[in-house]
Amino acid sequence: MNREEIRSEVLRALHRVAPEAEPATIRADLAFRDQLDLDSMDFLNFVTALHERLGVSIPEADYPRLATLDTAVAYLLAKGAAAGG
Amino acid sequence: MPALGAEMEAGTLVEWLKRPGDTVTRGDIIAVVDTEKGAIEIEVFEDGVVDRVLVARGEKVPVGTVLAHIRGVGEGVAAPAAPGPIVTAAAPGPAAPAAPPERAGRARVSPLARKLAEERHVDLAAVRGSGPQGAITREDVERAAAPVTPAPAAVSAPPARDRQSAMRAAIAAAMARSKREIPHYYLSTDIDLTAALAWLRAENEKRDMTDRLLPVALLIKAVARALGEVPDLNGFWIDGAFHPGAAVHAGFAIALRGGGLVAPALHDAATKDVGTLMRELKDLTARARSGSLRSSELSDPTITITNLGERGVDAAFGIIYPPQVALVAFGRIADRPRAVSGRVEARAVVTATLSADHRASDGHRGGLLLAAVDRLLQTPEAL
Repeated sequence: MNREEIRSEVLRALHRVAPEAEPATIRADLAFRDQLDLDSMDFLNFVTALHERLGVSIPEADYPRLATLDTAVAYLLAKGAAAGG
Repeated sequence: MPALGAEMEAGTLVEWLKRPGDTVTRGDIIAVVDTEKGAIEIEVFEDGVVDRVLVARGEKVPVGTVLAHIRGVGEGVAAPAAPGPIVTAAAPGPAAPAAPPERAGRARVSPLARKLAEERHVDLAAVRGSGPQGAITREDVERAAAPVTPAPAAVSAPPARDRQSAMRAAIAAAMARSKREIPHYYLSTDIDLTAALAWLRAENEKRDMTDRLLPVALLIKAVARALGEVPDLNGFWIDGAFHPGAAVHAGFAIALRGGGLVAPALHDAATKDVGTLMRELKDLTARARSGSLRSSELSDPTITITNLGERGVDAAFGIIYPPQVALVAFGRIADRPRAVSGRVEARAVVTATLSADHRASDGHRGGLLLAAVDRLLQTPEAL
């Protein structure tokens, strides 16, 4: 998957936990939790959705690297995110 | 119509999922009711056979109204004088009369259908009822009014904004009643979670990604177990007396996206392992936010637990949800300086605050509860 595909998967996973969020208004360099008022349950569901759609295993210690759109895309790209689910 | 919250007054029947003659067992979903907390699935309290359905789709009825008669196992066809178990929660006030006002010769028509028929100039005599006992429902009238069949109209749920203001009003009523009637006392204690979080990290490494735990699952379990030691904080204050809960049904406060709050029950929280509690909490949160909770989840909580630390508050002092007698609030889990064996160390600490009803318990008992929560959280593997 290329950067653009991963980016849209991340946005799709976000949409599942914050359906009211407009993808166009999400700042790529700000933490999702603060922008979208996510709690730890939302964030867990977001990470689980990424795992299910991209087939990557994400250890809990790496969760902070998924905090913003930019860092999440970079992390998943480095992890070699495979085909979508 | 069960009371699905302290201040609920009425609900609208959206859908019957069982028909007369259907066999039902305790816990089955028999109907869906629309309230300010969303579409709530109504569960059956007893095993039996649906005998009669008394409220038609689209009807809004007050809390306490009998929705249907269920014939118990082994009973004959229920005589009107001796109805079987009733599908409502312990209903305050008198049950509504079972017999509909219109009978003999006339078709039964729901008030909503009658109103609609007037508006659309539909002759009710020409409409064939599809409701219980041939009752004419709003849908039937709509079908008759619009021969070019549009998609069957679902009983319309109120728009989101109406729901939000209705929920606001319900919260306002419940909280005002609580502050008016309940003499609250507040106790708080700082709990060292260093051991609990270390255990959680190790446990999550072993667990499947979809099965990982959040600290809140441990907090809920610890409160539920502690209530076993101090049962006078688990239950209800009704008519001047304390009624202990039969089990710990932990109402967990869930903030809804876009505003509002609901605190549905995690049933039997004291006896479930943390993995099960976590799975149920995820499911409950998702259903609370999509507006599809079950009646028992709204009527059963014996205590409320709230976790307000997510947005960074150190401590919260909750308002008890009547007729419950206690609420435990957790603040943010943060590294704080703490004296450990004569030295100051950075430890992961959470502030737990108990709000309790002084009519039902005294501060000493409340203190024992918080002490038990603290002690149980020091051995997370035993939770």
